[in-house]
Amino acid sequence: MTEISKEQVKHVANLARLALTDEEVETFTQQLGDIINYAELLNELDTDNVEPTTHVLDLKNVMRKDEPKEWIKKEDALKNAPDQKDGQFRVPSILE
Amino acid sequence: MTNFETIIGLEVHVELKTASKIFSPSPNAFGSEPNANVNPIDLGYPGVLPVLNEEAVNYAMKAAMAINCDIATDTKFDRKNYFYPDNPKAYQISQFDQPIGENGWIEIEVNGEKKKIGITRLHLEEDAGKLTHGDDGYSLVDYNRQGTPLVEIVSEPDIRTPEEAYAYLEKLKNIIQYTGVSDCKMEEGSLRCDANISIRPVGQEEFGTKTELKNLNSFSFVQKGLEFEEKRQREVLLNGGEILQETRRYDEQKKETILMRVKEGSDDYRYFPEPDLVPLYIDDEWKERIRAEIPELPDARRERYVKELDLPVYDAGVLTSTKEMSDFFEEAIEAGADVKQASNWLMGEVSAYMNKQQVEIHDLKMTPAALAKMIQLIEDGTISSKMAKKVFAELVENGGDPEKIVKDKGLVQISDEGQLREIITGILDENEQSIIDFKNGKDKALGFLVGQTMKATKGQANPPMVNKIIKEEIEKR
Repeated sequence: MTEISKEQVKHVANLARLALTDEEVETFTQQLGDIINYAELLNELDTDNVEPTTHVLDLKNVMRKDEPKEWIKKEDALKNAPDQKDGQFRVPSILE
Repeated sequence: MTNFETIIGLEVHVELKTASKIFSPSPNAFGSEPNANVNPIDLGYPGVLPVLNEEAVNYAMKAAMAINCDIATDTKFDRKNYFYPDNPKAYQISQFDQPIGENGWIEIEVNGEKKKIGITRLHLEEDAGKLTHGDDGYSLVDYNRQGTPLVEIVSEPDIRTPEEAYAYLEKLKNIIQYTGVSDCKMEEGSLRCDANISIRPVGQEEFGTKTELKNLNSFSFVQKGLEFEEKRQREVLLNGGEILQETRRYDEQKKETILMRVKEGSDDYRYFPEPDLVPLYIDDEWKERIRAEIPELPDARRERYVKELDLPVYDAGVLTSTKEMSDFFEEAIEAGADVKQASNWLMGEVSAYMNKQQVEIHDLKMTPAALAKMIQLIEDGTISSKMAKKVFAELVENGGDPEKIVKDKGLVQISDEGQLREIITGILDENEQSIIDFKNGKDKALGFLVGQTMKATKGQANPPMVNKIIKEEIEKR
């Protein structure tokens, strides 16, 4: 059984930019713990002689030729922008 | 007083100049109108899928091979998660544990000493958009750069001085430019550099805490920033202080590094294999095909110039400093130019012109064949070196055929011995005092007589012949 701590939940929430109330932290600590423990059932499988894989599809080298194509116009690119100025997306400044 | 040793590692990002982006067919071009080269994939719309550009892989392999990396056979892409408006997907597609290239090296030379600098890895990833920060609390985002293929080249912590860091960057840029996969223009952002630096008391094995320098806009700022940081860290430690893991930037005006932020804990990017892209398998056939496309690299070329063309080491170094210059030189000698003359013109007049006009060799109107022709005209005595400067000035600005320029400008040199002797005899008759002076050891008098001859021929007399004939004629008197 893997224990998930409240600290881990808060950390993950912060990485996802989610603001959780204390109550929610309680709930998600329980739920995330349950999910992890369920996934841990997979550890029962013997995978000693199985090559690790990084993809579920048995495919490789899917590539395209280096040919530029026009797809949308600049105006369309900006259509869904919540805010724009001088042909650019306008966002609140986040200085690193 | 404690002696410290400096440890420097460099991270260099190089944009690859493919025609289209790495995961989308948007054009990959610098200097377009903001957001003109974007599509729904670049903008991270729901439901879109990236498809890998084969040429980006070829270019990355070429760069990796040129810096002596082992090329991975099994490789893949990973997601690096972060929130920042320069990337609308909230993750960058990069490579984590299976980079395309590993265990490379390049050789640098500082103060006559050669040294190998190890390269930990070269991996392929996508560039992010460009933010322009306003002073009104808002930033503007241009996503043209989003998805530009990028390779990140990480050095081993083998660099010991800021001067070595500079030499490493010059060499790396030189090599990558030769492969043709990138322009490596720092001013356009197609080559960018971050530097890590720490110091430790001599003899101590473990590294000191490092600081990271960002926003370094030129190789010389990298060197200056590192020099400042080296000194700052030493002073902090000698005063009993502690180096914090910080990100700092170099202020070009103040000539010092300034704290941007203190790093708390390690970044948590939660890398995982990119589910939208299948793995990449690079077999030997593919590797060999790319290896065969790598042109002769600067070190090999420099050596060949010295060994086979008999050029001085200095000339070979200057000529191979850019591929463009070196290719121009080779085409000129191919077209019949004398090797040393071609080298002298390129290092002298041509370089001086390019520096003065702030242009590059491809901006010149003069072709390599035209330079070769001009050099031949000097060698066969048709024009003097002095006249050649006039021909060059015309060639470099407007191009054309050197022979025609010589004719149009009436620059043809008088090399007819009889004709020159006649002119000189007349001049000597009028300047008997100069003859006496010369015979009395006043060498200046010869210069005067040469000057008179040049004046009489409107500068068209062949100077070495004039010298010779004057001396002969004086002897006779």
